[in-house]
Amino acid sequence: MLTLLLDGVAYGMLLFVLSCGLAVTLGLMNFINLAHGAFAMLGGYVTALLMNRAGAPFLATLPLAFLVPALVGVVLERTLYRRLYGASPLDQVLFTIGLVFMAMPAANFLIGDQPQQVHLPAFLEGRIGFDGVSVGVYRLFTILVCGAIAAGLQIFLVGTRFGAQLRAAVDDARAASGLGINVDLLFAITFAVGSGLAGLGGALAADVVGGIDPSFPLKYLVIMLIVVTIGGQNGILGALFGALLLGVLDVAGKYYAPSVGAFIIYAVTLTTLILRPRGLFAKADSK
Amino acid sequence: MIDVLGHLRRRERWRWWEIAIWLALVGAILLIPSRAALINEALIAGLFALSLDLILGLAGVVSLGQAAFFGLGAYTAAITANAGYDDPLVGLAAAIPPAALVGLATAPLLLRGADLTRLMVTMAVALIAGEIANQNGWLTGGADGLNFMVAPLFGRFSIGSIGDGPRNAALFSLAVLFVLFFGARRLAHSPFGISLAAVRENRLRAGALGVSSSRRIVAIYTVAAVYAGIAGALLAETTQIVSLDLFEFHRSADVMLMLIIGGAGWLYGGVVGAGVFIVIRDVVSAATPEYWEFWIGAMLVVLVLSGRERLARLVRLRR
Repeated sequence: MLTLLLDGVAYGMLLFVLSCGLAVTLGLMNFINLAHGAFAMLGGYVTALLMNRAGAPFLATLPLAFLVPALVGVVLERTLYRRLYGASPLDQVLFTIGLVFMAMPAANFLIGDQPQQVHLPAFLEGRIGFDGVSVGVYRLFTILVCGAIAAGLQIFLVGTRFGAQLRAAVDDARAASGLGINVDLLFAITFAVGSGLAGLGGALAADVVGGIDPSFPLKYLVIMLIVVTIGGQNGILGALFGALLLGVLDVAGKYYAPSVGAFIIYAVTLTTLILRPRGLFAKADSK
Repeated sequence: MIDVLGHLRRRERWRWWEIAIWLALVGAILLIPSRAALINEALIAGLFALSLDLILGLAGVVSLGQAAFFGLGAYTAAITANAGYDDPLVGLAAAIPPAALVGLATAPLLLRGADLTRLMVTMAVALIAGEIANQNGWLTGGADGLNFMVAPLFGRFSIGSIGDGPRNAALFSLAVLFVLFFGARRLAHSPFGISLAAVRENRLRAGALGVSSSRRIVAIYTVAAVYAGIAGALLAETTQIVSLDLFEFHRSADVMLMLIIGGAGWLYGGVVGAGVFIVIRDVVSAATPEYWEFWIGAMLVVLVLSGRERLARLVRLRR
């Protein structure tokens, strides 16, 4: 029972890291970035290729799995994305789906359609147990890493000057720039962090999802969107709770009622959308 | 004074280029029967995109879940045929009530929230529909899908894959598309269609004029669901196989792309976009099988960046 719960939490944490960047761009910058999964794929590929082709150790590849997508994210943000801030949601959806459609064949062309496996180092494999509760070491590792990321992000966005400036810029970009805040720079950094976290999530998830392949961006897009929908779009904590809820529901659902399967998640999503269109954990406030 | 009625009447008239499009389609099927299967696929995709145009183009309501009705129609046709009612026209007719019912039942979900909520709700509906089909294997064959046979059309013309089958199938699809397109065209130029334009342009003002946007959106969404259902049934009957893939997210996304490529709001956008989409897929994938999506994606990015709305307005002004 507790094992199940921990598995669910670990899965939820992965979902969180995969989708928190999306929650940031969607909730804070009001931009629908369906290409988010492509950044996750990129991060996964960085880790997998560095390990498989260059023999780099797993832990050493993780920073790069963050940095490379973050860099690509900044370049794309400066050249393309920023033109669409404030465009209609439909245009944003079309544009980013277009990017996904370009990213998948590009990955296929450059790397091939075979899933790239990430082989975990020995010290992250196996299970450890206390009092009859056994849990995979890697699961524990993801919970710790992702938990640290969540805590860091929350402190960063709520407690620091940067976070305050970002929230000001989102509320009213004009007034914020009038106060001397560099809105462009702020958005670029935020977008980069979001993309980088997606990449890190992709790298951490690679083992769990059975390797990264070119269909990754579309395959996991739906679940990422669901996390953000359930969690609500304003804030890291919402996305965290949403992801944890989904992770636990999914793992428990598959265990206790395999015949109902994915149905639970979709049903929860739809109910959430009907009852609380702004998300379960959204503040009742705002626009 | 501006002659409003005369203006509307003039807009309703059939143009020479419209007639040319339909004649060209008939000609294409008869002249290149070897590509009839491809044309058939494009026609059905065009009908599917037309269903999206009804809600997106006419009413301005976004949806990423049209595949729910597409799959529903396809499965209904397959199940009806397997139950012994294997006439193609009966299959098409059978697809209408379920699509209409589900459309009517889910339409109220679209009335709340912003565009993003609508995108998510419609997507969730399609995912749930797919999951229901997946779980009820006794009816739908689960992950294996269903194979089935349909009787020849009017008892004479086979629409299978052998002999004249593909050509007949394409002609059949074209006929269905034409009838439904004719209906959609009438609808768009009817008082109802014009009130939808009012809802699309400004819901608040439309409301102030006494135009209830909620009812109109529910109505047009239901009609669009029926169109998508018939498109699905057509695809099922002409390929004689259905699978869970019909419900998947990429179907809804693809049909949106087709409509955008062709331009939303002028009804031919779906047909044109589907044609372009399928020709690109055919030509590019002949050269490089897996990479055709790249060019579709690139096209979309360029379309959006160059100002989709502006292009559409240019076309509208010229007419």
